[in-house]
Amino acid sequence: MNNIIGSLGQAFSLILHLDHELFSIILLSLRVSGSALVCASAVGLPLAAVMAFGRFPLRGFFVNLLNTFMGLPPVVVGLLVYLMLSRSGPLGFLALLYTPSAMIIAQTILALPIVASLSHSAIVSVDPIIRQVSGTLGATPFQISMTVIREARYGIMSGIMAAFGRVMAEVGAILIVGGNIAGYTRVMTTTIALETDKGNFELALALGIILLAISMAINAALNIFRKKGVTET
Amino acid sequence: MKLRLRISGIVKAHNGNRVLDGCSFSFDRPGVYVLMGPNGSGKSTLLRICALLEKPDDGDVIYISGRSMLKDDITLRRRMTLVLPQVGIFNSTVFDNVAYGLRIRGLERQEIEQKTLAMLGFAGLTEKRTQRALSLSSGEKQRLGIARALAIAPEMLFLDEPTASIDEANTRLIEEMILEKKKNGMTMIIATHDRLQAERLADQILLIRDKKLVAESG
Repeated sequence: MNNIIGSLGQAFSLILHLDHELFSIILLSLRVSGSALVCASAVGLPLAAVMAFGRFPLRGFFVNLLNTFMGLPPVVVGLLVYLMLSRSGPLGFLALLYTPSAMIIAQTILALPIVASLSHSAIVSVDPIIRQVSGTLGATPFQISMTVIREARYGIMSGIMAAFGRVMAEVGAILIVGGNIAGYTRVMTTTIALETDKGNFELALALGIILLAISMAINAALNIFRKKGVTET
Repeated sequence: MKLRLRISGIVKAHNGNRVLDGCSFSFDRPGVYVLMGPNGSGKSTLLRICALLEKPDDGDVIYISGRSMLKDDITLRRRMTLVLPQVGIFNSTVFDNVAYGLRIRGLERQEIEQKTLAMLGFAGLTEKRTQRALSLSSGEKQRLGIARALAIAPEMLFLDEPTASIDEANTRLIEEMILEKKKNGMTMIIATHDRLQAERLADQILLIRDKKLVAESG
């Protein structure tokens, strides 16, 4: 018990003294997960719009597929990305394995179905009356679609934040493709795993506290978006 | 050129049940036409058909400007609008709701602001302009819906039960808005089941009787 309290005290000390190693790990985590989120949103949002507004064969199947991929196991994604990027893999010539770029690719694959699927749900949940009203006011089909997306914006932001929460807390995929190299690909979750193995609890706890704080901030943002998105009258 | 509407032989069925059966009328002169009939008589359906939101099973909806018959395109649709009974408020401010139709027409920012503020004043909503529109009372939402429609200066305005289930004060304000626009020569077609309101507003009362449209004399 004393050991835990002692480690906690040292963990807070690391945070309060703005420990350089600690903050470089946090910054890398935010950079990797933030970049992955931007990439996932850039692909996921148009994909959600096509799924919501498009009329094409097997649309229901693709929506189901997206929903299924929301639960992709990170280690499986890590393994697949590893196989693609390894020297003998089809993208081996890019020499991306064990770089932050490889971690961004893996996290993008994890975040994409979450962003696309939750955004799709948000768009199709918009009251059909909005589409009609938009049309009666003289909107073109494209303007109607943009209006519906705008009405779904808080649901879409909730989806993006949920994806951010998932990739920030993820460890399996980035450990496989990033290699956990100190000062280069070592992020919060992989550091916690490593330092715990070494019995070096102060840094692991400090990062755990920061991770929890980020998680709480994400949840607070989600709650705000949910409240703002309530449209019933 | 003034926009005129002619409907002829409109037939429409819902789930095999015919609600309109050969409705014809010419809305040639500006003014207020009030469409009356009991619940389920097809008033809303006829309004939606006139506003080109629904296609009739048979019959014609013809818009005329001068001597030309207009084709159903975005240009024609931007000359008219329909306010639905549920209004359909956008999740944004009162100002943004009223400005919507002007923005999608690509007007200059200054013109949008000027016209929107004028319309908010007309609807008595100036003080609420920065408020979230969904937080308005049902009567205010109805006024907002009408203000949003009027902001685009439609030549023909369809109102479906504009004062159903709202209080007396808001009903009076909405009627004043309608009468004011009537003075300006706008054509309005209003569906209501309130006989007294019809008499207060109408230049012409139209009844849906036995699935047909009948003009009430006087």
